Parts: sequence; structure tokens; C-alpha cells
Amino acid sequence: MEREHIVKQYDTELNEIREKLLEMGGKVEMMISNSVKALVDRDSELADQTIILDHEINHLEVDTDERCLEVLARWQPTARDLRFITLALKIVTDLERIGDQCVSIATRVKELNEEPPLKPYIDLPRLAEASSIMVKEALDAFVRGDEQLAMKVCNDDQFVDDLNIQIQRELLTFMMEDPSTITRALKLNYISKYLERIADHSTNVAEMVIFMVKGKDIRHTSAPQSTLEGQ
Amino acid sequence: MGIKLKLEGVNVFFGNNRAVKDVNIDFHANMVTAIIGPSGCGKSTVLRSINRMHDMVPSARVTGKILLDQTDIYEKNADPVSIRRRIGMVFQKPNPFPAMSIYDNVIAGYKLNGRANRQESDEIVEGSLKRVALWDEVKDRLKKSAMELSGGQQQRLCIARTIAVRPEVILMDEPCSALDPIATAKIEELINELKEQYTVAIVTHNMQQAARVSDYTAFLYLGELIEFDRTGKIFTNPEKKHTEDYITGRFG
Ligand SMILES: Nc1ncnc2c1ncn2[C@@H]1O[C@H](COP(=O)(O)OP(=O)(O)O)[C@@H](O)[C@H]1O
Ligand SMILES: [Mg+2]
Repeated sequence: MEREHIVKQYDTELNEIREKLLEMGGKVEMMISNSVKALVDRDSELADQTIILDHEINHLEVDTDERCLEVLARWQPTARDLRFITLALKIVTDLERIGDQCVSIATRVKELNEEPPLKPYIDLPRLAEASSIMVKEALDAFVRGDEQLAMKVCNDDQFVDDLNIQIQRELLTFMMEDPSTITRALKLNYISKYLERIADHSTNVAEMVIFMVKGKDIRHTSAPQSTLEGQ
Repeated sequence: MGIKLKLEGVNVFFGNNRAVKDVNIDFHANMVTAIIGPSGCGKSTVLRSINRMHDMVPSARVTGKILLDQTDIYEKNADPVSIRRRIGMVFQKPNPFPAMSIYDNVIAGYKLNGRANRQESDEIVEGSLKRVALWDEVKDRLKKSAMELSGGQQQRLCIARTIAVRPEVILMDEPCSALDPIATAKIEELINELKEQYTVAIVTHNMQQAARVSDYTAFLYLGELIEFDRTGKIFTNPEKKHTEDYITGRFG
């Protein structure tokens, strides 16, 4: 277990930042699942709610950034605390971007809901679930300083990439077979791509967690093997 | 950049108490090395061994090697006086000689080491006071008592007194702990300038100060050297959990 600081207030402020990030993470997970649920259930109201939720994410981003800057100014963190704060500042940006991707998904969903469904959605919800789990696990890894879990998230990115390619291929066959599906298929294509980006943001977070724990930067090194495959 | 001063397996005993245990530290030439650690861990004891100050403590005994330019300062025929001329020391409390003027304070150490004529003295006093950025503040009252100066000025005067003898290494034992933040900043700025000419070792209990002024940091605990590395490394990503707990303020 992590040792406490002699000055308790310091721990309190670091914990508040940790909690803000988790709150953001929880909201972002909800946005991911709701935006895709809005597609499957053809529920445009749910898509609207997702878009509105993004305002809260933006607020949390600003608030968390400010807290981090204040901790830097007041406590002059060093070593693991310094890595924690710089990491929190970056994670906030990734979470905010994930929120933006969800807004894009919800916007496409609303457009798609105006037209007849192209096909039953099976792989997109799987993709959404995998991306959402990656967000959750990346944040869990951050909060617990769990390098193993962070490593798993990095590995799972390959599964998401593969599933995205599979979806793109399937949609391509739809478009070739019946050009009248092109507009809808392209929108679904986008949605798949957005979900893949969300997984990339989670991978960023996970890589930074490994940096925080190990003090070793593994970004821009070759991708390891997937573990989600076959689950 | 070479190693100016090297501690090899240094132990310091006070009677049967081994206050410093098998410490190895390389002090790089023209760099500032900070020694940090909790009170009583042996920081001052290490520093004082470097200019043979323990010679004056009957119960004290130093073993191991302390190499200044590859020559052991504890060698049988090494002369403590000339060692102390080459290795100057600045203490925690500004300690100018109370009965002396500002001028005489600066030149005191130099005179101990030999005669100086008037013109030579004047040059040394002016040069040393300029070096510590005190000249403009005191040039009109050089004959006044040093005790009229503020704490920060007194500390800079003591540093001027130390560099007047033209040492190669300057040891500082918590030189800012009696000073206010502005006076502290001036000393820190001075330390930065001094390293162009000297090799500096500073003991400080202020971790942020160590982070600001030093190039290398040694962390001592219970007389042992726990970690020694570049200061940037120590304060972002130390190797030892123990070091990290200390510098992040997690020592219970
Ligand atoms: N002159 C002395 N006589 C006996 N013990 C001493 C003497 N100087 C220091 N010590 C002992 O050596 C240890 C380290 O002290 P010191 O070097 O002053 O610590 P620091 O400077 O890190 O606070 C302490 O346990 C202290 O009691
Ligand atoms: Mg001391």
C-alpha cells in the first residue's frame, strides 16, 4: 500500500484529482455505451443525452486541470507525485477527446436513425464494449498504479484494431452490392473509426500509467500481442 | 568533466558510534553536489570529514579515502592547513568575526595563510566582495563592523571570506537555513555562479533547494549513502523507494 504524505492535505488534494478523473472516466464510459445503444435501439433521444453529457466532461476537464496546476504550484511535487500530476494532466486531455468522439458517434447515430436500418448491429456493439472496457481498465490501472493491467490495455488495442478492419470490410461489401447503402455504410464506417480512436486514447493512458509506475517510457515502441482475442 | 573530489569507503566514528558508513561519493569538478537526508543522518559529518574538521574532535576517527585530485587528504604527510585552504567551508549560521570590520573579515583567512601587502589586500577584498555581489552594498562602509550587515549580507560576507583564500572546493553546511527567502535566492544565485570556478558541495535540509541548485544529489540515511545520481533523475525518478519516500515527503 502507498505510504501517506506527512502533510495530510497533500494526500487529500491528490485524491481529489484521482476522484475527478474517475468521475470523468465513468461519464465517458456511459457516453460510449449510450451512443451505441442509441444506434441499436434507434433512440435519438438517448443520442441527444449523450451529446449533452459532453458539457459535463468539458467542465470536469477545466476543473481537473486547475486542480493539477494548483498542486504543482503549492506542493512542488517530486518523483512519483510529479509523474502522477503530469500524467493526470495528460489523461484529462485524452478523456476529453473520448467525449468528443462520443459526440461524433451520437451525431452520426441521429442521422442514421432518420433512415431505415442497414443491418442488425453485432460487431459495432462488441467494438463499443471493448473500447469502453479499455477506458475503464486504463483508469483502474492509473488509480491503482497497476502496471500489469495497463499492459493488458495496450495489448487489447490490437483486438480493437482488427475488429474495426473487419467491420470496414463488411461495410464495403454492402456498398459494392448495393450502392444505395453507401451513405449509411459510410456513417457506420465513421462510427467504427471513432470507436477505434477511443481505444487509442485508452492505450495512450495505459502507456502513460506504465511510465508513471516504472518511470520508463514505452511510447512509440512496437505493439505487443493481443489478449482479448478469442474471449 | 573530471572528478575533483572522491570519497571512497569513508567511515566516521565518534568513539564506538559509526556515524558515517562506507560512503562513496564522486564530486564532479565545477558542479554542485547536494547532500540531503533527515536530521542526524550524517550530512554534516560527511562534509566536515572533507576538510579534516574532525581532527579537532578527540573521539572522532575517519577511515577510508578522501581524494582531492587523486591525493588522499588523510595521507600521513598531508597538511591539514593547506587542505583547508584548498577546501573552504561555509556554515549554517553566518559567522563573521564580530570584532572585525567588513574589510578585515574578508581578508582574515587570506592573512592566516601568509602576508599580503596593502594593494594586494585591497584587490582581494574588492574582488571577493564583487564575486558575492556584496561590493555595491558595502563599498562605502568597509571599515564598519561586519555585525551591522543583515543576515543575508553576513552570509555572503562569509562566502567572500572563504573564496578570498582562493580555494578549489567550497563546502556549505545548510548555508541558507538562517536566511529569509530573498536572501536565500541570492545565495542560490551565487552558488550557480561559483560553480564556474569552484567545485561546490552543499548540505541542505531543503529538498527544493537541492533540486534548484545542484547538479548531483546524494541521499544519506542513517549514515549510509542510499542513492547518488544526477539531480534531475533523483527528483523525477529515483531508483530507490527509500529515496522517493523521502523526497516526496512520505517519511513517517
Ligand atoms: N562531535 C560529535 N561527537 C559525537 N557524535 C557526533 C558529533 N558530531 C556528530 N555526531 C553524531 O553523528 C551523527 C550524524 O550527525 P550530523 O552529521 O550532524 O547529522 P546531520 O548533519 O545529517 O543532521 C549523529 O548521530 C550525531 O549525534
Ligand atoms: Mg547538519
